[in-house]
Amino acid sequence: MTSGIGQLDRVVITGVGLTSPNGDTLAEFRGNLLAGKSGVVPFETRYMGEVLAGVCRYNALKYQTRKDLRRGTRAGSISVYCANEAIVDSGIDWPNVHKDRVGVYLGITEHGNVETENEVYEISKFDYDASVWTHHHNPRTVANNPAGEVTINMGITGPHLTIGAACAAGNAGFIQAVQMLRLHEVDLAIAGGVSESIHTFGIFASFQSQGALARHEDPAKASRPFDLARNGIVVAEGGGICTLERLSDALARNAKIYGEIVGYAMNSDATDFVLPNAERQEQCIRLALRRAGLEPDDIDIVSSHATATEQGDIEETKALRRVFGDCPGVAINNTKSFIGHAMGAAGALELLGNIPSFEDDMVHATINLDNLDPACAMDQLVINHPRGKTGIRCLLNNSFGMLGINSVLIVKKYQE
Amino acid sequence: MAPAEIRQVIIGILSKIAPDEDLSSLDDTKPFREQMELDSMDFLDIVMELRKAYRIQIPEEDYFHLGTMQSTVEYLTPLLKDA
Repeated sequence: MTSGIGQLDRVVITGVGLTSPNGDTLAEFRGNLLAGKSGVVPFETRYMGEVLAGVCRYNALKYQTRKDLRRGTRAGSISVYCANEAIVDSGIDWPNVHKDRVGVYLGITEHGNVETENEVYEISKFDYDASVWTHHHNPRTVANNPAGEVTINMGITGPHLTIGAACAAGNAGFIQAVQMLRLHEVDLAIAGGVSESIHTFGIFASFQSQGALARHEDPAKASRPFDLARNGIVVAEGGGICTLERLSDALARNAKIYGEIVGYAMNSDATDFVLPNAERQEQCIRLALRRAGLEPDDIDIVSSHATATEQGDIEETKALRRVFGDCPGVAINNTKSFIGHAMGAAGALELLGNIPSFEDDMVHATINLDNLDPACAMDQLVINHPRGKTGIRCLLNNSFGMLGINSVLIVKKYQE
Repeated sequence: MAPAEIRQVIIGILSKIAPDEDLSSLDDTKPFREQMELDSMDFLDIVMELRKAYRIQIPEEDYFHLGTMQSTVEYLTPLLKDA
């Protein structure tokens, strides 16, 4: 073993389930990333009218009944869909899996806002009579709801956690799973990140009040990381969930292996509620590299977090320049430019959209980059058009969030 | 409201809270739970929908009246006579 994880079990990705604003399977998502196809559309939201959002169109009835959907949450529905898709994709003999040895670890930015807002709106029709407040409120809004819905739907009796980690959450779900697999707490992890955030007006209104809500006459051009004409975030929903297994288990069942998680790191800025911190981001990236036993120029693709806010893009650029400034072979791209910011799902989707590069030798671009902000200029940016690159072996995925939470994940093409 | 109308109200509520069920052959004399997948949260939904629509409060000790369509209609008839 050449990685820096010592005697720890190697952990691999063996199944993928996702829904994104521009694709409900990995193949469709990847195809649209390479084709430059956006998933951002006009979207009606309560009190604010039309905003722009990344909206998913997966078949929610594929794994749930209409009653399930009525009782549960959108985040739960997205989670159930993606988790089932991942299990199917993994090829694992699911009926014979010991369900008490399966863990569900889903990152999320926030949960409960959608359901609470809906209920406040509902009782407003009754002059705020609290006696018509739904009895479904508590089970819908407990923080473990999305992961818990997966366990109910799939009969999983092992542990489940929904991990609140702002917009660093997608990576955080994977990291939790890696740790639990290495501790042998579980034998199979269903992990990733999800978001239902577009269904609350509050997230749009808050970004608008912050001067950070994107707008553009062409929805497809609204999400513009690193571009001088950027004007904020496009909020998106989505989910990206994988099956993770110890390598030994994956090999024993001759599983398809998408990649190996060879490094990760999380840290905290300890500086500000909303403003990012390049120094801490750099430290987080370097820690992940050190744990992976890799040097910066071992990385082939950096999947940037950039959200199309001025300060966020510039701070991340500073961190990337410090780590990768002398690495001309690194390609830097951005998925939010296609689908917007999928919040808790962002880190997961942004990783998964890049995974096929191990096989197709392509790096998808960051689109809508018409006038590169000089403060974000990096020679390695893949601008507007995908780039061919042979021998892609290592992806580094950045995800950063409010309250100064940073997460970095490194996935390597599987090699014995 | 006449009993037949009340029955239709209940059918409407059931179709909302149990949208996957076929209610066309519902036997009014048999417990709902023997004919449909309904749990305690669903029964609370019936109570809530009646509260929202007609502002009637059904005390918990009366919930047993909601076991079958027939008993539900009989229980609600005096409560909804002016509805």
